[in-house]
Amino acid sequence: MELLLQQVLAGLATGAIYASMALAVVMIYQAIDHLNFAQGEMAMFSTFLAWQMLQWGWPYWAAFVGAVALSFVGGIAIERILFKPIQNAPILSQLAAFIALYGILNSSAGWIWDFNIKSFPTPFGSAPLFGERLIGTHQAGMIGVTLLMLGLLYLFFRESRLGLAMRAAATNPESARLVGIRVGWMIALGWGMSAAVGAVAGMLIAPVVFLEPNMMLGVLLYGFAGAVLGGLSSPGGAVAGGFAVGVIENLAGTFIPYVGRELKLTIALVLIVAVLMVKPSGVFGRTVVSRV
Amino acid sequence: MTVPPRDTVALAGASPRVLVIAKPSTRQVIIAAAIVAALVIPFVLKSFFVFQLTLVMVYGLAILGLNLLTGFNGQFSLGHSAFYGIGAYTAAILMEQLDLAYYWTLPCAGAVCFVVGFLFGLPALRLQGLYLALATFALATAMPQILKFQPLEPLTGGVQGIVILKPDPPPGVPLDPDQWLYFFTLAVLLMMFASAANLMKSRTGRAIMAIRDHPIAAATMGINTALYKTLTFGVSAFYTGVAGALGAIAIQFVAPDSFTFLLSVSLLVGLVVGGVGSIPGSLFGGVFVLFVPNIAERVSTGLAGAIYGIILLLVIYVMPSGAAGFVRFAAARLQSKGKPR
Repeated sequence: MELLLQQVLAGLATGAIYASMALAVVMIYQAIDHLNFAQGEMAMFSTFLAWQMLQWGWPYWAAFVGAVALSFVGGIAIERILFKPIQNAPILSQLAAFIALYGILNSSAGWIWDFNIKSFPTPFGSAPLFGERLIGTHQAGMIGVTLLMLGLLYLFFRESRLGLAMRAAATNPESARLVGIRVGWMIALGWGMSAAVGAVAGMLIAPVVFLEPNMMLGVLLYGFAGAVLGGLSSPGGAVAGGFAVGVIENLAGTFIPYVGRELKLTIALVLIVAVLMVKPSGVFGRTVVSRV
Repeated sequence: MTVPPRDTVALAGASPRVLVIAKPSTRQVIIAAAIVAALVIPFVLKSFFVFQLTLVMVYGLAILGLNLLTGFNGQFSLGHSAFYGIGAYTAAILMEQLDLAYYWTLPCAGAVCFVVGFLFGLPALRLQGLYLALATFALATAMPQILKFQPLEPLTGGVQGIVILKPDPPPGVPLDPDQWLYFFTLAVLLMMFASAANLMKSRTGRAIMAIRDHPIAAATMGINTALYKTLTFGVSAFYTGVAGALGAIAIQFVAPDSFTFLLSVSLLVGLVVGGVGSIPGSLFGGVFVLFVPNIAERVSTGLAGAIYGIILLLVIYVMPSGAAGFVRFAAARLQSKGKPR
């Protein structure tokens, strides 16, 4: 029982990482209706920007805000420059463009800042919470920030005019355009916001996994898995899914024989696929009904 | 009023070009020229380049497998590296443990992959789009770990993998092993591309494409969508598995880490670049997958990924629906230039 509780707590701590990434994933999914495969690399790049500002001697929160703002602008720029010209290309071509963006960001980050791992500071300190080693203040802070972002996004999409316009542009671009919403800019805004959320996620994750160009690959995959498990149409579901993936992964690694560190990702994925068999649109997702 | 013979009416109704059966179509001429060129190349070029062309054909075949599923049936897969790996390992294990001749391993690898693909297609029936992508992605990440799995080590050779011997040309054939392997691969490739083209022209092929275009309408027309979807999964895995076996024979080595998720991504890129839903386009995809990373590496080692990305983006800008779409577009342009509209 002690062990179970410990593993669940540890799972929640890693789950917070996946949850914040899953949130960024769902954000962009709602804006553009595709998964962005370069999302993790965008977050990584933002984190490097913050690191660079810290190297220049900026205080933590200045660098934090600076990186988030730059990422927001960068996200919009990527949409305007790279993806607007191919917005009418087939979906799979756009997917390949994401892969291209992935390569460009990953390789240029390695070129600018090299591949050595760097440590990244945390604003929450790393003292253990509750006097145990399981969950530190940083993890607790990470969970808190993730939930805070979720709340803010919920309010934004639920209560603000702009949020309503963005939702309209995503669900029905044709009609949205007819009522005077600038759909193109809403999509760009979605990119910007998702880049900003990704930047926050990156800066929270970096103290745990250390900063280097490949730091996001595993995190992004788990984030995707969490987002899909929770349901791509529900930000809250994505966060819950992210936490669930962390817990499942940890429990599988501990309690199923033969499963070491290597196989636990597989086990987690197989379990997720099993859940999807029962709920094909994710646990909290809306089932899409098609009209004939 | 004279009634024209029945045949003419039917043919004229279908397409005016069918009437000129005696004259080969441009398409046939191009295919014939390509085959002749492919037969001459190994005697002209250096053997390393011949080897690379063999690999282009192997990737082309694997991409064709993915194309059958994604391009023609509309099911998305990030798991084809797993089928490729299963094919490669089946070939290697059969050659290593049972001393089977290399050419027998291809049908075996294909059959194993067909069964695995068919079985995987069953749960995939419940999933669509990105959810299917995640399920197939799970397969892709599981594969290298299963291959490294301790209890299976006597069979798979664990992390070290299996080394296989390069097949010699049959006695009396004046070719070196690279040339022989090239021709062997070319023969398999032609056979499988022709089969795929015929399959897609048939009633079955139309059913497969109808499911892609409108699953509900297809079901209303009496197409057993579940059966066709799972069968397409199987056939697609068959193609990619045979490609995997050929690849293992050509490279003479299999190891778990050659069949990661990244291979799936490469195949997907090849599919897009070649043209989704185009059979000859798959071969162009093979060219891209093999040569572009090397070119990027040569331009700059540090920025290889960025250069690869930029080349890929440029290709997508110039040809948003792949090489096949580009050729179709160019041909339509050329034709309409000649005639007044």
